Amino acid sequence: MILAAAVPISELLSYGDKGYLDELIWGAFATVEISFFAYLFGVSLGLLGAIGKLSGGRILRYFLDGYTTIFRAVPELVLIMLLYYAGTNGINNLANSIGLGPVEMNGIVVAIFVLGIVQGAYHTEVLRAAIQAVPLGQTEAAKAYGMGPFTLFRRVTLPAMLPFAIPGLANLWLNITKDSALVAVVGATELANATRIAAGGAKYYLTFYLLAAAIYLLISMASNQFFGWLENRVRRGQPKLAVS
Amino acid sequence: MHWEWLANPEYQHLLLVGLYYTLILLVTSIVIGFTLAVPIGLVQVTGPWPLKMLARGFCTFIRGTPLLIQLWILYYGFGSLFPSIPWLRHSFMWPVLREGFYYAVLGLSLSVAAYEGEIMRGAFLGVPRGELEAARAFGMSGWKVLSRVWFPRAVLQVLPTLAGETVSQLKSTPLAFTITVMDLMGARFKISSDTYIMYEPLIFIAVVYMILTFIITRAFGYLERLIPKRR
Repeated sequence: MILAAAVPISELLSYGDKGYLDELIWGAFATVEISFFAYLFGVSLGLLGAIGKLSGGRILRYFLDGYTTIFRAVPELVLIMLLYYAGTNGINNLANSIGLGPVEMNGIVVAIFVLGIVQGAYHTEVLRAAIQAVPLGQTEAAKAYGMGPFTLFRRVTLPAMLPFAIPGLANLWLNITKDSALVAVVGATELANATRIAAGGAKYYLTFYLLAAAIYLLISMASNQFFGWLENRVRRGQPKLAVS
Repeated sequence: MHWEWLANPEYQHLLLVGLYYTLILLVTSIVIGFTLAVPIGLVQVTGPWPLKMLARGFCTFIRGTPLLIQLWILYYGFGSLFPSIPWLRHSFMWPVLREGFYYAVLGLSLSVAAYEGEIMRGAFLGVPRGELEAARAFGMSGWKVLSRVWFPRAVLQVLPTLAGETVSQLKSTPLAFTITVMDLMGARFKISSDTYIMYEPLIFIAVVYMILTFIITRAFGYLERLIPKRR
């Protein structure tokens, strides 16, 4: 019963032992932390995957095609559960076999790895398409100047592909801030799970879930601002996009 | 690997019912969501400003928050308010308000409406003005311009994007399991908790989702080939 709740809502939303505000704020920080590191991990995997797809051998290409196809066709929730259980079990078995006994797993670290591996598949496709969009003449010119593969990537391919990659990368960042809520299902404590616990304790379900939604919305809108600024920056010196 | 549970007719039945619920969730949310997405996209292009702001606010909220939280707002949030309203308990609405499935349909439909509303906004904007002016010059009414020229041209332009959205929508349906819907994910959960087998049921439904994704991409590919391409 809503009206029968003994504690007033203002106290439940206060900071400290009695209220749940601190839990929600820590949850929000955990969400940003998980998203940020998972994103970094995903971009790294994506960059390696894209380079592998574009210049790797046949076996590597088949393997990467399998990775991007499977990981983009299966629901994130299913993948997260599979990787989460497989990961924690695998590490425990490993620890058992070398005589360490069961290890206490840090939920946040596991969540970062799992989300990163899932997002890597999307990053691979975004970055592959962006690299392919760079005009061939530009990389050929760089080669003709005698640049090695690393210099060429850093000086030519990377800055030239960024305008093509940023919109996709921005989308993936927004996706991961939202997908990070899925790790609540396997028990990692971030904003969604903190809210679930707080709402259950306070018995104000609607208020707390709406509050969590507002925090997620704030994260999304701030990210949009940032990526808008970033896109303008990497596009500097290029003609403006035609506005319909 | 343990696959012997797959031979158990009880679990086969559970998985079939789960597949049925997954497909029903997908189809109903796409149909309801797309029906809402068309006016949401349209008012953002031509509508009066209050409707424009409303549609934009709706899209921003749904696209800026996790679907999981939206489902929990609907089911645990609003769902927890309803039992405290006495007359509602005895109304014909009660069986609907008690069932997680209807909340899932509502949540997933609103999600489709927002994401595809945004796509349709771009699609309506992308139709060349000259074609609309030509339609007006033929004496078509506003409604006829929309139904004969503007809408069909807009939809055909964004068909590949809609295919992608349909696949993401399929991948969102297992979230309904967190609000007690026994879809494929729910069936998997029941089998796992009965048999203590964790991975194999998960791998099995992962394969089912892959097959469904394949069918969706094929179906949209077929639709795209039906459209004559001319410049």
